[in-house]
Amino acid sequence: MIDFLELFLTAGFWAATIRISCPLILGTLGELISERSGVLNLGIEGIMTIGSMAGWMWVFQGGSLWGGIVFAAVVGALFGLIHAVFTVHLGLSQHVSGIGLTMFASSLSFFIFRMMLPASTTPPKIIPFEPVNIPWLSDLPFLGEAFFSHTPLTYAAFFIVPVVMYVLFRTPIGLAVRMAGESPAAMEAQGIDVLLIRTGAVMVGGALMAVGGAYLTMSAFDAFYFGMINGRGWICVALVIFASWNPGKALFGALLFAGLDALQVRVQQLAGSFIPYQFFLMAPYVMSIIAMVIMTRKARYPKALLIPFRRGEKI
Amino acid sequence: MQLELREKTSLGLAVTAPIAAVVAALIFSSVLIMWTGESVFHGYAMLVKGAFGSVFAITETLTKATPLILTGLAAAVAFKAKFWNIGGEGQLYCGALAATWVGTGMVSLPMVLMIPLLLIVGALAGGLALIIPVFLKTRLNVDEVVTTLLLNFIILLFVSFLLEGPLKDPMSLGWPQAAPIIDTGVLPVIVAKSRLHTGFIIAVIAAISIWALMRFSVWGFELRAVGQNQNAARFAGISINMTVLRVALISGGLAGLAGITEVAGTKGYLTLDISTGFGYTGIAVAMLANLNPVGVIFSAVFLASIYVGADSMSRAIEIPNYIADVIVAASVLSVLISLMLVKYKIRWR
Amino acid sequence: MPVLELNNINKSFGSLIANKDITLSLEKGEVLALLGENGAGKTTLMNILFGHYRADAGEIKVNGKKLVPGSTENAIDAGIGMVHQHFTLADNMSVLDNIMLGTESLLAFRTNKAKAKEKIHKLSQQFGLAVNPDTYVADISVGERQRVEILKVLYRNAKILVLDEPTAVLTPQEVDQLFKTLNLMLAQGLSIIFISHKLHEILQISHRVVILRRGKMAGEVATKNADRDMLAQMMVGREIERPKVDHLTPGKIVIELKDLSAGGHKQQTPELKQIRLQVHEHEIVGVAGVSGNGQSLLADVLSGVQASSSGNLYFMGENISKKSPRELVSMGIGRIPEDRHQDGVIGDMALWENFIIEDLRKLPFWTFGWLLNEKACRNYSDTLIKTHDVRCNNMDIQANLLSGGNMQKLILARALSHNPKFILANQPVRGLDEGAIAAVHEKLFEAKRKGAGILLISEDLDEIFSLSDRITVMYHGMLSKPVDIDKASIKDIGVMMAGDLALAKTIQEDSHAA
Repeated sequence: MIDFLELFLTAGFWAATIRISCPLILGTLGELISERSGVLNLGIEGIMTIGSMAGWMWVFQGGSLWGGIVFAAVVGALFGLIHAVFTVHLGLSQHVSGIGLTMFASSLSFFIFRMMLPASTTPPKIIPFEPVNIPWLSDLPFLGEAFFSHTPLTYAAFFIVPVVMYVLFRTPIGLAVRMAGESPAAMEAQGIDVLLIRTGAVMVGGALMAVGGAYLTMSAFDAFYFGMINGRGWICVALVIFASWNPGKALFGALLFAGLDALQVRVQQLAGSFIPYQFFLMAPYVMSIIAMVIMTRKARYPKALLIPFRRGEKI
Repeated sequence: MQLELREKTSLGLAVTAPIAAVVAALIFSSVLIMWTGESVFHGYAMLVKGAFGSVFAITETLTKATPLILTGLAAAVAFKAKFWNIGGEGQLYCGALAATWVGTGMVSLPMVLMIPLLLIVGALAGGLALIIPVFLKTRLNVDEVVTTLLLNFIILLFVSFLLEGPLKDPMSLGWPQAAPIIDTGVLPVIVAKSRLHTGFIIAVIAAISIWALMRFSVWGFELRAVGQNQNAARFAGISINMTVLRVALISGGLAGLAGITEVAGTKGYLTLDISTGFGYTGIAVAMLANLNPVGVIFSAVFLASIYVGADSMSRAIEIPNYIADVIVAASVLSVLISLMLVKYKIRWR
Repeated sequence: MPVLELNNINKSFGSLIANKDITLSLEKGEVLALLGENGAGKTTLMNILFGHYRADAGEIKVNGKKLVPGSTENAIDAGIGMVHQHFTLADNMSVLDNIMLGTESLLAFRTNKAKAKEKIHKLSQQFGLAVNPDTYVADISVGERQRVEILKVLYRNAKILVLDEPTAVLTPQEVDQLFKTLNLMLAQGLSIIFISHKLHEILQISHRVVILRRGKMAGEVATKNADRDMLAQMMVGREIERPKVDHLTPGKIVIELKDLSAGGHKQQTPELKQIRLQVHEHEIVGVAGVSGNGQSLLADVLSGVQASSSGNLYFMGENISKKSPRELVSMGIGRIPEDRHQDGVIGDMALWENFIIEDLRKLPFWTFGWLLNEKACRNYSDTLIKTHDVRCNNMDIQANLLSGGNMQKLILARALSHNPKFILANQPVRGLDEGAIAAVHEKLFEAKRKGAGILLISEDLDEIFSLSDRITVMYHGMLSKPVDIDKASIKDIGVMMAGDLALAKTIQEDSHAA
């Protein structure tokens, strides 16, 4: 028992929590923005996959790390655009379009990866983002290792949270995005193009999701594995509900989740001989389901979520 | 651009639509074939040959189609009621687990009883796998997309644990696999020297039964009503909860049956990879068939042929066999558009 | 020079001609009434003006300048503001957010809430429109929502205001307040187009009336030269003869609510608080009230869709508090839902399927306990189509292809098909043209003569007054004591709708004393 509690006292635990949370933060924010505008994007798993592959491939082919991130974002936005055309412009089922997109983006990533690297049996590596040394802060005992020795991409991920909050709640365009998810009729009555706003939101969401995937291949690890995303995209969908579509709560949810995940790995090392490892691996998924159950009760869904908007209807 | 509902949808259009979608997907994928430097024509010829070019190829295709028909039916039934069951994969494994539990020596019955027993047990297990998501949905309004999906991961890990532990076959020389199904439980082969087994016939019968159920029964009517307008269905007196429960049991049961056909038919024993994403592919099967149970038979055979053919194609020319997944995924997206065009006319302003 | 000119506006949707050769003009400082029954083309015309639709032909000029069509932004910039018939407000956002939407550039870095609040406050004072900017729209009354809608439009400096059926959701006193506000606007140099089908209001507030009938202009007249009959005649093209029925002696009690309470967990509807009501055979009881006071919840409880939390509900003496919709239908209750598209029909299903949907588990529609007997269903549908004059090409078309009137006839046919003893009619003629309205009312009277008891929930006071034998008013989940129709006046009912339910007692007793 003491061993268990001591886990919380290791700097490594907190550092791992931060690392594990980043793709979740980015993915959840991306899905949150999309859903706030009224569009459910179940393509997130696929977009994170292709984002992770695209960013990594850019660097592997000789590009810079930040170039890879930008490339991943562009790819993500492009797939977001596809989803937007299907669901926003053509009004097709958001569920099926999303699932189809995940299948498409995933299979395309694997195909392209195999095409470009046909012969490798062990996944080739790149040099990923290196942890940055912040003068004085990085050298602090415990806190230095836990919080101030992370890669630039990690800090960027955290920085994006207040940016998204600001844009959503304090700018006119954020108001428009929120309105699109609550009452597109109100937007049309004020002369704003609902389809444009929703498309933009889904594209921005896609870009964030892809960068979340790229974090795994370019910061947390250094290679692309098949099945790398491993359900993180779906966990993000659950986290959006847990966060009540609020970026601040999304950060909290991602950190809580990441913490439990980091804990699970370490507990496994302690108790691995008693409990089979599979049960530890199950933990994240079980937690997500529980998170959803807790929050759905009080969930205030964006009122226009899942409802396609046809111009001039019901005015 | 405005969409206008067509007054009458012709049957001809409804049948050609999925075909047109598939053609569009194949055209898109030909770009990927061109990337390899090979001739597109040669590539697709290899694919067709690999799927239908010999008796053996055809039996392979139909063998692969068997679980796809069942998971396709599972998805079609659920989606028709707007119950987004993405957990076909997990339900399949639940059926497989049930078969392993009952069929590896627990009871020994003559084949004419054993096989139906396995089918029933598998279907029950698959249906039960959906109980928690259904309960969460009807009582607590928790979205079923994420719950059924996450359950897949949980179930697979659970199977992995069982295969490395309690269910591990002591005769398997260390590989994580379960004991083989007893002889009277194995689905008999229907074409000599091939892998094609009675599971295929069971799947086809299931498809026709489901079609009849949807078309002629009150349950089918209620299912469609709930899927199309839940509010009006409720107002008219249809019990939403009972309908959703029924849908879940049938849908899960069908996916569970797919687990039986694979464990008791194709493979003979349970391993972690008896399904290569059949649950997910089932969704593609259902979409391509426009959720029509009889159509599912054809779209399952079609998609199976893509996978079997692509395996062959990837050995003949240098192309990753992920091409099959790309073609399937592209078909799902393009069929969405073509089905929309069946229902609506586009009016340019 | 007129502030607004519409010249030769034409618009069709497929084979449906919505507007044909409409030409009208609006002078500064006047109220132009646009009169027509449901479906005449008034809303379509205004939607074209406001940029939601593009006309097939014709042009619009604002202060002599041509207005570029098809863009709401252009219309707003030109000074046109529209208060839609169905409110365009986001419930889960604040009044301030709803008003500010679209008023600042999308590229701006921050919203200026303080400045906006100030402007809203000024406008509130100027026009007598009290609102609280920080409350959520979900929490404000219908009357206040309308004030927000008007402020939205004034905030954007509209000089031409279009109001589409603004009084449908107001109490008579609130209508007076609205008219005061409109007069203030006129004094400030604004011009108003007032769409309505309520003749007495048009006569009260407008300077000129333009009448639309079936998409064409049926006439134009200065209000001072017009009267009710003339307007009614021009509106419908013939004598409006809404059916009337006599008061019959009420028979046994068909429906009784005793201390019934319900609801309370959904955020946006008031709870029903210990309702007491009786409906007898051969009578129509009208429930008046501004929408949002619990009518939908009452209807849901009587339809079997929502369970009550306490108290009892009796039908012909039997306790039906816990019964399902299916049981209620088979016991003899007919229900007409408020929203025919949402609750009444399954749009994608065929007509015959919609006819039998309430009778699924009854012979002869099902055999062997689970098969649907399609032949029996079709015969049944055929009979209903003929007896209720549901206009359609065949019974296999999708229900959402029916016109509003025919869809309502389908629903009515279904509800009346088993000679119910109790009929719940919730907004039965909303959105229908005069012909369809007459047909629906006639069927209800027929049922009343046969012995049914009818509960009529309607936001149209005229309808309540012309159909009911007794009236009760709903306010904040409570029902007033019913008042006999000959003792009630519109003014009194209006006062009750605004909250003074106790007045009912006084009205009933005064007359007894007299």
